Amino acid sequence: MSEFLQVVLSGLATGSIYALAAIGFTLVWQAAQTVNFAQGEFVMLPAFFVLIALNWLGWPLWAALAFGLVISVLVLGLLFKKLVVEPMLPNTGLPLIIATMAVAILLKEGAKEFYGAEAQPYPALFPHTTLSVGGAVVSIQDILNILVSLSVVLALTLFLDRTRTGRCIQATAQNPAVAEILGVKTRRMVLYTFLINAALAALASMLISPVYLAKFSNGETLGIVAFIAAIVGGFNQIRGALVGGLLIGVLDNLTATYVTTTYRAALPLVLLIVIILWRPQGLLGTSEGRQV
Amino acid sequence: MPPVLTVRDLSKAFGAIRAVDGVSFDVHPGEILGLIGPNGSGKSTLFNCILGQLAPDTGRVEVNGRDVSGRRACDLNKLGVGRTFQQLSVFPQMTVLDNIIVAGQEHRGTMIGRLFGAPDAGLTAEADRMIEFFRLSHLRDEMAGSLSYGQQKLVDAAMAFMAGPSLVLLDEPAGGVNLTMLANLKDRLVAYNREHATTFVVIEHNMEFVMALCSRIIVLAEGRVIAEGTPEEIRSNQTVIDAYLGG
Amino acid sequence: MRGTLRIVFLLLGLGVLVVAPLGQGNYVIYLLCSWLIFTIAAMGLNLTLGYAGQISLAQASFMAIGAYTTAIVTLAGWPWVVGMLLGVVECLIVGLLLGFPALRVKGHFLAFVTLAFNVLVFLVSRNEEWLTGGIYGLSGMPRPSVLGFSTMKQLPFYYFTLFVFVVFAALMYGIIRSPWGRAFKALRENPIRAESLGVDTRRLTLLAFAIGSAGGGLAGALVSPLVQYIDPTSFAFGHSLRILLMVVVGGSGYFFGPMLGAAIVILMPEFLRFTEGYYLMIYAVLVIVLMVYCPSGLIGLGAKLRDLVRRKPVERGDLKAGAQL
Repeated sequence: MSEFLQVVLSGLATGSIYALAAIGFTLVWQAAQTVNFAQGEFVMLPAFFVLIALNWLGWPLWAALAFGLVISVLVLGLLFKKLVVEPMLPNTGLPLIIATMAVAILLKEGAKEFYGAEAQPYPALFPHTTLSVGGAVVSIQDILNILVSLSVVLALTLFLDRTRTGRCIQATAQNPAVAEILGVKTRRMVLYTFLINAALAALASMLISPVYLAKFSNGETLGIVAFIAAIVGGFNQIRGALVGGLLIGVLDNLTATYVTTTYRAALPLVLLIVIILWRPQGLLGTSEGRQV
Repeated sequence: MPPVLTVRDLSKAFGAIRAVDGVSFDVHPGEILGLIGPNGSGKSTLFNCILGQLAPDTGRVEVNGRDVSGRRACDLNKLGVGRTFQQLSVFPQMTVLDNIIVAGQEHRGTMIGRLFGAPDAGLTAEADRMIEFFRLSHLRDEMAGSLSYGQQKLVDAAMAFMAGPSLVLLDEPAGGVNLTMLANLKDRLVAYNREHATTFVVIEHNMEFVMALCSRIIVLAEGRVIAEGTPEEIRSNQTVIDAYLGG
Repeated sequence: MRGTLRIVFLLLGLGVLVVAPLGQGNYVIYLLCSWLIFTIAAMGLNLTLGYAGQISLAQASFMAIGAYTTAIVTLAGWPWVVGMLLGVVECLIVGLLLGFPALRVKGHFLAFVTLAFNVLVFLVSRNEEWLTGGIYGLSGMPRPSVLGFSTMKQLPFYYFTLFVFVVFAALMYGIIRSPWGRAFKALRENPIRAESLGVDTRRLTLLAFAIGSAGGGLAGALVSPLVQYIDPTSFAFGHSLRILLMVVVGGSGYFFGPMLGAAIVILMPEFLRFTEGYYLMIYAVLVIVLMVYCPSGLIGLGAKLRDLVRRKPVERGDLKAGAQL
């Protein structure tokens, strides 16, 4: 039983980080009609910005993290929107998918060329200590990961529901034409969505890199998990992506521990196929159309 | 002769809204029947139920005596039912000629036969005749997407007619078309009906167009038939005027 | 006359393909084989995506099925043809099955389903060592001998590949030129309208997947004897993406688009070798620029330029919503 608790808890921890990536992915899909196939690389790259600040510039950790966040928001939010997405609108079909895939290649190769191909050691944010709770060995890092992620999700939900800007973003997601008529600056709302996604991805990167190490190829698996979590959970609800992320994290861990390690990656994939075919709006999603 | 189209007690509700409420009517061979009514009266829902796009809650649809309730659109087309659409009804990246050939080719032989047969399924001459009938010969090899809206409507009609259907349902054919093109469209529809004795059912809002084109009119309001008759009878029908034509 | 000009160009092109490897080293001939093989895979995907409008991110997994089947069959001593036919039939069936999701979902969702399928195939090929050799893969596949001639040397193998390619391209051309091709295009352009004209869109969608996947299988069957070593990573999702890029960059929906796209994807890195690791980044940037300015690919770009010169009318953007005149 205590092993089960351990597995579930550490699954929740990774899952909460996946959720951040999934939520960002959802936001951008819903509010900006952009399916970002580079989301995994968006989570991979900020770690390298942090490493650059740490190792090349010699900055202290907190400064490096801030640097990573700011650069990510600028590059993966602002630049991505202005240089890649904006010129392609309203062509949001296959060309945009291809373009985001090309961005993924660009970021991946960029990290490999400019920093290095080997997995890079990455500073841990939280101490590696463990607690003993009722016989189960619980990692402080896991608990803090969950807490940080959930607080961010809470803050984001409050922002979207309670602030004027947040509600404008929601309006833009539901019906851009009507929102525009009602005076919402939809272009700016779309920009904010991209910035939020970049910030979420950067945060996810900082939480997960201590575990996975920073490697240029991380994006592939992280990306697929983000997609699956978002779609399975219910991609037109933030809490859907959250639930999706947590679910995938826990299921993945449970599968690896109790069922099979070689096919652990198959479960989320099968889940994805089943959900898309049977209930495309996801477990928590509504089939009403776009909303965040 | 049996009616080409029979609709009996058709009903379709969306939640609490009864979009179509027990509608029954017959359509006789060779006639041009108009279906009019205010917005929300159920005309489009009725069409979609007849054409298999929506499944009716109750009721029956028969084409040439055959029950076709719930059949797929491509099956209906094979049974001799054609339709035009309100919007976006052509294949934009194909030539006008190809648009019309595709409309006819599915009725020529088997699928496998078509793979090994002629590239145009032997339909070029017939398609050219159809194109000429609609006075679009100068646009034969143009991409359908580059045509003007009115011209696309003509191509749409040509496609609907190509397979020689016994019944064609036209969904707001006059919508968004300028006056000259409108006259041309009406003229072509009347000519086609006369030459081929094809039965038309037309949903329309353009009263002038309907009155001039149709031989009989059915008026819908709130999902129910409130009047039926010739254009003159409908024009002077008080119930219709109150509900729709307006004081 | 346009028809004879086209035939002349085709014969010229064929001639170029025949003389291209002469006097070249083994590596260059290998590259040319690779180009032709990936063109086959890309042509298959072009049918599914370019002509029928169904997105598939799984073409590499069909190459895997074709490659592994052929490898297993030839390693057991059977002729290559048997392996190839078996692989193609398997791909027809599995491709057909993959078409069923396409009946339910389109666009991004279909992309994800096919992506997931690709990864699943990868997992199976990596884990089932008894069948596929697992991560160690299969090696030492013999090359086929054609009419008594061995293809062990690179040059004869090239001509063998060229022969298969020409046959396949001719088959594809036959399909696309026939009423089936027109029906596929109708499916892509306006599936609802197509259905209302008697086009069985369901059957056509399944066919598009089946045939396209069979193309992938055939390509895989050729990869097996070409490289004589296959492992799961040769057919991972990244390769499906490469094939997709070949189709889109070359020109989706144009017959020779895949050939041009494959040439760029396979041959360009060789020319950009001097840029060392950066060539992929340069390539990615070029793809983005292409997608922004000319989503219909390079052949589409050529067509646009040609239309500029000829001043043909262009599809009206304002009609997308049925605007009034």
